[in-house]
Amino acid sequence: MSTTAQTAPGTAAPSYYDLDEHEHPPGASTMLGFWLYLMSDCLIFAMLFAAYGVYGGSFAGGPGPKELFELPLVAVNTTMLLLSSITYGFAMLNADEKNKAATLRWLGVTGVFGAAFLAIELYEFSNLIHEGAGPWRSAFLSSFFTLVGTHGLHVTFGIIWLVTLMVQVARRGLEPANLRRLQCLSLFWHFLDVVWIGVFTFVYLLGVLR
Amino acid sequence: MSDDLIKTIFGRLTLESFPIHEPILVGTFIMVAIGGAAVLGALTYFKLWGYLWKEWFTSVDHKKIGIMYIVLALIMFLRGFADALMMRAQQAMAFGGSEGFLPAHHYDQVFTAHGVIMIFFVAMPFVTGLMNYVVPLQIGARDVSFPFLNNFSFWMTVSGAVTVMMSLFVGEFARTGWLAMAPLSGLDYSPDVGVDYYIWALQIAGVGTLLSGVNLLATIIKMRAPGMSLMQMPIFTWSALVTNVLIVAAFPVLTAVLAMLSLDRYIGTNFFTNTGGGNPMMYVNMIWIWGHPEVYILILPAFGVFSEVVSTFSGKRLFGYTSMVYALIVICILSYLVWLHHFFTMGSGASVNSFFGITTMIISIPTGAKIFNWLFTMYRGRIRFELPMMWAVAFMLTFVVGGMTGVMLAVPPADFQFHNSLFLIAHFHNVIIGGVLFGMFAGVNYWWPKAFGFKLDRFWGTISFWCWVVGFWVAFTPLYVLGLMGVTRRLRAFEDPSLQIWFVIAAIGALIIAAGIGAMLMQFYVSIRDREKLRDVTGDPWNGRTLEWATSSPPPAYNFAFTPVVHDLDAWHDMKSKKAERPTTGFRAIHMPKNTGAGIILAGLSTVFGVAMIWYIWWLAALSFVALIATAIGHTFNYDRDFHIPAEDVVNSEDARTRALQSAGV
Repeated sequence: MSTTAQTAPGTAAPSYYDLDEHEHPPGASTMLGFWLYLMSDCLIFAMLFAAYGVYGGSFAGGPGPKELFELPLVAVNTTMLLLSSITYGFAMLNADEKNKAATLRWLGVTGVFGAAFLAIELYEFSNLIHEGAGPWRSAFLSSFFTLVGTHGLHVTFGIIWLVTLMVQVARRGLEPANLRRLQCLSLFWHFLDVVWIGVFTFVYLLGVLR
Repeated sequence: MSDDLIKTIFGRLTLESFPIHEPILVGTFIMVAIGGAAVLGALTYFKLWGYLWKEWFTSVDHKKIGIMYIVLALIMFLRGFADALMMRAQQAMAFGGSEGFLPAHHYDQVFTAHGVIMIFFVAMPFVTGLMNYVVPLQIGARDVSFPFLNNFSFWMTVSGAVTVMMSLFVGEFARTGWLAMAPLSGLDYSPDVGVDYYIWALQIAGVGTLLSGVNLLATIIKMRAPGMSLMQMPIFTWSALVTNVLIVAAFPVLTAVLAMLSLDRYIGTNFFTNTGGGNPMMYVNMIWIWGHPEVYILILPAFGVFSEVVSTFSGKRLFGYTSMVYALIVICILSYLVWLHHFFTMGSGASVNSFFGITTMIISIPTGAKIFNWLFTMYRGRIRFELPMMWAVAFMLTFVVGGMTGVMLAVPPADFQFHNSLFLIAHFHNVIIGGVLFGMFAGVNYWWPKAFGFKLDRFWGTISFWCWVVGFWVAFTPLYVLGLMGVTRRLRAFEDPSLQIWFVIAAIGALIIAAGIGAMLMQFYVSIRDREKLRDVTGDPWNGRTLEWATSSPPPAYNFAFTPVVHDLDAWHDMKSKKAERPTTGFRAIHMPKNTGAGIILAGLSTVFGVAMIWYIWWLAALSFVALIATAIGHTFNYDRDFHIPAEDVVNSEDARTRALQSAGV
C-alpha cells in the first residue's frame, strides 16, 4: 500500500489526493483480522496449557494419567481430527476450482469426522466421570477437563459454523464472501488441529510417561 | 406455588435480593429512578427514540461509536467518582469509635465497584472511544476494517456496564477488591452473587474490548492512506497500534483466568481453592499477567495524545519521533516482563523478585525518554497555552512524581514496607489520574472541535483544570504520607486519632476534584449553548499537523471525499506548507457500510444471559444463549451490508465546505 503514487507520473508536483480512486474490495482485512483473533484464542489455550503444566501433578490423592488415559482411544480420536483437517483441505481445493458440489461433499465429510471426534471425546469424559474422576476430583483433573473441554467446545462451534456455511454455499454458491468465510473457517479448523497436537503430546503422551 | 418451582423459575433471586433495608441504596435508587424516568420521558416527549436508534445506536460510523464510548465513560465516571466520595467521607469520619456511615459489607462493595468501574468502564471506554474516533481520520481511512464489529464491541461494553450497575439495586457487588483475588473470590468465602456479577460483567465487556482491539489493529495495518509508511504514522496512531497489540495479547489471559474462577464457582473445580490440589497463587500470577499490560493499555494512548498536543501547540514537529516509536514498542514488550512486582511479598524468593524488580526499573527508561522528548519538543517552540496544552504540562509535572514513586515500589525490599499501603494507592492514582485521565481530558479538549465543529469554553475549562490539578494533590499527598506511616489500604475504621487530619485533608481534596468535575460539565453545557460563538468552520482550529484536521468539522460520514496521499510525517502540515489544493470537483459516489441493529440485539441477549447465570436461572440462561447463537447465525445470512453515498450528496457536502472555507478566508 505504501508503494502507491508518490508522484503522479509525468508531473513534477506530488499529488496530495488520490483523485482516481478505485473501490476497495470488501473484506480486504478479513483474513488478517481473523488471524489476529486466532492468535488471541491461542493465548487462551496458552493459559490453559500453563495451568495444566502447573497442576499436572496435583492429584490430591486421586487418580493420575497412568490410571485414567486410554491411549488407543485417544489415538483413534486424534486420527479423526487429523482426517477432518485433510478433508477440509480437499474442500478448499475444490472451492478454489469453483466446484460447488464437491466442496459441499468434502465439507460434509469434514463435519462427520469432527462429530466423530466429539463423540469419542464425550465418551471418554463420561467414562472418567463414572470412574469418579470428574473435574472436581483434583486440580489435575480440573485443568485436564478445562483444556480438553475448551478444545472440544471450539470443535463444537466449528461444526455449527461448518453447517451454517454449507447452507450458505448451497444457497449462494462460491461467491467471494462465501469463499472468504470458508478460508476463515479453514484457518480455524487447522488451528484446532495444531492445538490438539499440543494436547495429544503434552497432556496424553507426556502424562502417561510421567 | 411450591418452593421448588419458584426456585426453578427465579434461581436464587428472592425478594431479599432487593436491598430495601439499606437507606443509602434506597435513596440512590429513588434518585436514579427519577433521573432515569426524566431522561426517558424527555426522549419520548421530543420523539428522539427513532433518531437515536437510526443515527446512533445502530450506527457503524467509527466517529459516532467513538463518541458513544466517551459518553459511556463519562456517565460511568460519575458513578465511580460517587464511590470515591463515599470512601473519602467514610475514612474521614470513622475515628475514635465512630463507625462512619457505611456498614462493612457495603464499604467493601464500594471500594471494589470503584476500582472495577474506573478501570473497565471509565478508562477503557475513554481510551477505546478516542482511538476509535481519531485513528481512522489520522490514517486517511473512511472507517475501520470491521464496522459492524465495532458497533457490537461498543454494545458489549455497555452490556458489562449495565450488569455492574444492576448489582447496585439487585443483589450486591463483589466485596473482594477490584481483582477478586482467590481464594476470597471462591465460593467458600464469597457465596453470594457479588463475584458472579463481577465475572460476567468483565467477561461480556471483555469480548467487546478484544474485538475492538483486533478491529483497530487490522485497520491500522491495512487501511492507511497511500504513501503512509509505518514510520510516517501520526504518533497517536502509533500509540493506538501498540495499545491494541497489548489488548489482543492481554485480554485473552483475563478471559481464561475468569473462566477458571467461574468453573471453580459453578461446577466445583479446584483451580484456585485451598483444597484438592488447587493453588490461589496461580490466580494472583495469572490475573497480573493480564493486569500489568492493562495499565499500559491505559497509559500509552494518553502518551499518544500528549505527543500530538505538545507538537501542535509548540508549532514544531515532535522531537525524536523515531525514539518515541521505539519507546512505545519497548514499553509494550517490557510490560509483559514485570507482572510479579505486584506481589513481591508473596514469597517467590530473592532471585525472582530481583529479576522483576530490575525489569520494572528498566521500564522507566523508555518512559523517561518520552518525557524528555516532550520537553525538547517544547524547547524553543512557539508554545500556545490552550486547554489541551495546559493538561499536557500538568501531566508532565504530575506523572513524573508518580513515576518516581513507582520506581520506589519497584525495589523489592522497600516494597515489603509499601505493599498494600496507602502509598501504593497514592502511586497508582498519581499515574492513572495524572497520566490517563489528564490525557483523556487533553484529548477531549483537543478533538472536541473536530467532533462537533466548535471549541470548548475556555473559562470553565480553566476552572476545571485548576480544580483537578490542585484537588488531585490535596487528595493524594496525604495518602502518600499515611502510606509511609504504614496505613494499609481498604480499611473502614481507624483507632489512632492522630491520623484523622490526613484523611480530612484528602476528603477536602476529593471535594475540590468534585468542583473540577462540576466545572467540566458546566464547560460542556456553556460550550454547547454558545456554540455559534465558538464555531470553527475551517476544520483546523489549532493549526494541526495530522490528517484529521484536513477534513471538515464535524467530518462527513465518509471522512475524506478523496483519499489523501501522504509524503511525509505530519501529512497535513506538509500539505499546508506545500499549498496542496483541495479538490473541489470530480466527486464520486462513495462505498460505505450500512447500519445494523444486530450489535445492540446481541449485546442485549448477552446481558440477559449474564444475569441469568449470575442468579442461577438456568432455563433463561439456556434460552438466551440459544437466542444469541441463532441471532449471530441469522446475521451472517445478511449479505447486503453496504451501500453507496450518491455522488450528488458528496458534491453537496463538499460544496458547502468549499463555501465555508471561502467565507473563512482560508
